[in-house]
Amino acid sequence: MSGKWVNRLLLAPAAAWFLVMLALPLFVILVFSLGERGPAGGYVPALTLAQYANLPARFTAFKNTLLLAPAGTVVALLVAYPLAYYLAVRSNPRLRTMLLVLVIVPFWTSILIRTYAWIFILGGRGIPALLALVGFADVRLINTPFAVLVGIVYGYLPLMVFPIYVSLEKLDKGLLEVSSDLGAPPLRTFWQVTLPLSIPGVATGCMLVFILLMGEFLIPALLGGGKVFFIGNALVDLFLQSRNWAYGSAVAATLVLIMLLTVSLYMRLMLRRAHRDDVSLL
Amino acid sequence: MSKTDKDNMPISRQKFMAELRRYQKGSVSRRHFLAVTGLGFATAVMAGAAPGLRSRTAWAAGDIGDRVILATWPNYHDPANFERFTEMTGAHVQVNVFGSNEEMLAKLQAGGSGWDVFVPTNYTITTYVGEKLIEPLDLGKIPNYEAGAFEPRFSEAGTVNGTVYAVPKDWGTTGYVVNTKHTGGKKLTTWKEFWDITKTEFSGRTMVHDYQLTTIGNALKYFGYSFNSVDPKELADAEKLLLEVKPHLYAISSDYQPPMRNGDAWMAMAWTGDGKQLHTDLPEIEYVLGKEGGEIWSDYYAVPTGAPHREAGYALINFLLDPAVNAKEVLAHGYPVADARTNKLLPKELLEDPILYPAKDLLNALEFGAAATLTDPNRAELLARFKSA
Repeated sequence: MSGKWVNRLLLAPAAAWFLVMLALPLFVILVFSLGERGPAGGYVPALTLAQYANLPARFTAFKNTLLLAPAGTVVALLVAYPLAYYLAVRSNPRLRTMLLVLVIVPFWTSILIRTYAWIFILGGRGIPALLALVGFADVRLINTPFAVLVGIVYGYLPLMVFPIYVSLEKLDKGLLEVSSDLGAPPLRTFWQVTLPLSIPGVATGCMLVFILLMGEFLIPALLGGGKVFFIGNALVDLFLQSRNWAYGSAVAATLVLIMLLTVSLYMRLMLRRAHRDDVSLL
Repeated sequence: MSKTDKDNMPISRQKFMAELRRYQKGSVSRRHFLAVTGLGFATAVMAGAAPGLRSRTAWAAGDIGDRVILATWPNYHDPANFERFTEMTGAHVQVNVFGSNEEMLAKLQAGGSGWDVFVPTNYTITTYVGEKLIEPLDLGKIPNYEAGAFEPRFSEAGTVNGTVYAVPKDWGTTGYVVNTKHTGGKKLTTWKEFWDITKTEFSGRTMVHDYQLTTIGNALKYFGYSFNSVDPKELADAEKLLLEVKPHLYAISSDYQPPMRNGDAWMAMAWTGDGKQLHTDLPEIEYVLGKEGGEIWSDYYAVPTGAPHREAGYALINFLLDPAVNAKEVLAHGYPVADARTNKLLPKELLEDPILYPAKDLLNALEFGAAATLTDPNRAELLARFKSA
């Protein structure tokens, strides 16, 4: 009896947090999304689906987000995996901690400043000027979707590296020897042993990066020159410029819904995969 | 100032970081980010933090607290003036920089802005009064405001129904800056040329503001419509032009000084002071007012309802309206003021500068923005469609 109360007491802070910081705001967003914009902006109570009917007006923003968020996740994965592999498996164990710290160091500076730096790297006097020296004149990098992708991969790389690193670090090196003793060449060992065992890390990393990317607004604003428009940018404009809280809430609610659907689909796929691998390992 | 040992001590690292953190807790919006990372922010931090760390001295007019929070625009003040204000009063000035009036309005509407003074533009004041977001000014606390010294057309928007809600800071125009190195000797003079050249020779080199009032207003001028039009047919024409031009734009952003300076952008919609600052540093960059007209505006100081450091806010407004202080402000920001007393203290070449004081025929064609232009939901949606296209 008392144990049950202790459990409840221990869970109370988290429960209160979720209620106040998650459930309540979501409820407010839902209510607002059924309302209307006030004459000078803000929210006027109403019960209408007009805001949802107007969603196609932000089609491009949804499209850009739904294309560039997965693309950014995949590119970040392709860059992060070899790095994590090197850190966990190949690097000198004595240097490992220092190398890991080096991956974190950029986090000590605000993402804003790091992204702003890319404006100069990708701007006319940065990489394009170097390319012009070797014969590729008039390359335009800044304010393109490519620049946004570079910024995204750069900004979110550590979030991808660490989960993969952790899963590779735990990997029992004996399994690799077994695979090799049984005659598998290194590449086959990687595909059949290392990669499947690191899938939980890959899955976590992808999820972390993908979810954050879906709400991204800073990187497209700075590196896309206001021309590569994400849902996050649409939301900032709706709340800070046109002050259309009702429509903004409808867009936000739709984004939450899309995230719920994609993330649960993704989890289901991953779980199924994990079960299948368990069986094959047995 | 009293000379104590403390006065001569250098700023400790911990104290400096503490001050920096305080600044970082300001508003966090996209364009605020841009402004904040600029030089303006660095100087504001230095100016605000350094004197604030010295020991406080009581001010003659009484204790006004240790800080005052000002919401304003980028590159809009002389940091040395803030430093002097702190020396005189003990209150150090915390600066929040904004990118658009809409953003300021949004922040005040959401409540809890924490500002003591802010800088609204002429066409927003009736909206603020209507929403009860600003208070009638207690002019007894602003003895440096002498209504008669100000040119009425730049000060009248501060008075709503006979009550003074805001006092004039400075005024200016919205034109465009163009790097004449790339025009082949041709002088640009109209908004029509601005948009046409963007689609051709300047493709990929032009910037427009991330602000519906000016970007839509100046697109309307292409057709000779009013800058303030909310007519659906005229707005549809402007939208068509904007969508046509969009693939040729370098960026949609109000942070146009860095790309104009490094040569990535060749032309950008610009306000007087930016035009002046760019032309001073790079003479090949010229400031153009479209012959068809465009915007003339006036910025004001106002006190938000429920300002947390109200007394310090009034003290700051009064200080900044002191003609000697205001003259220093003008030299720093490059916008003209409507105060005859201040103009007496300014160098002659500045008062004859064609960027600050455009020719009469150009000036007469300009329109003040209207309150309805800013709050019109169709114009806001139009800009959003343009940006997301």
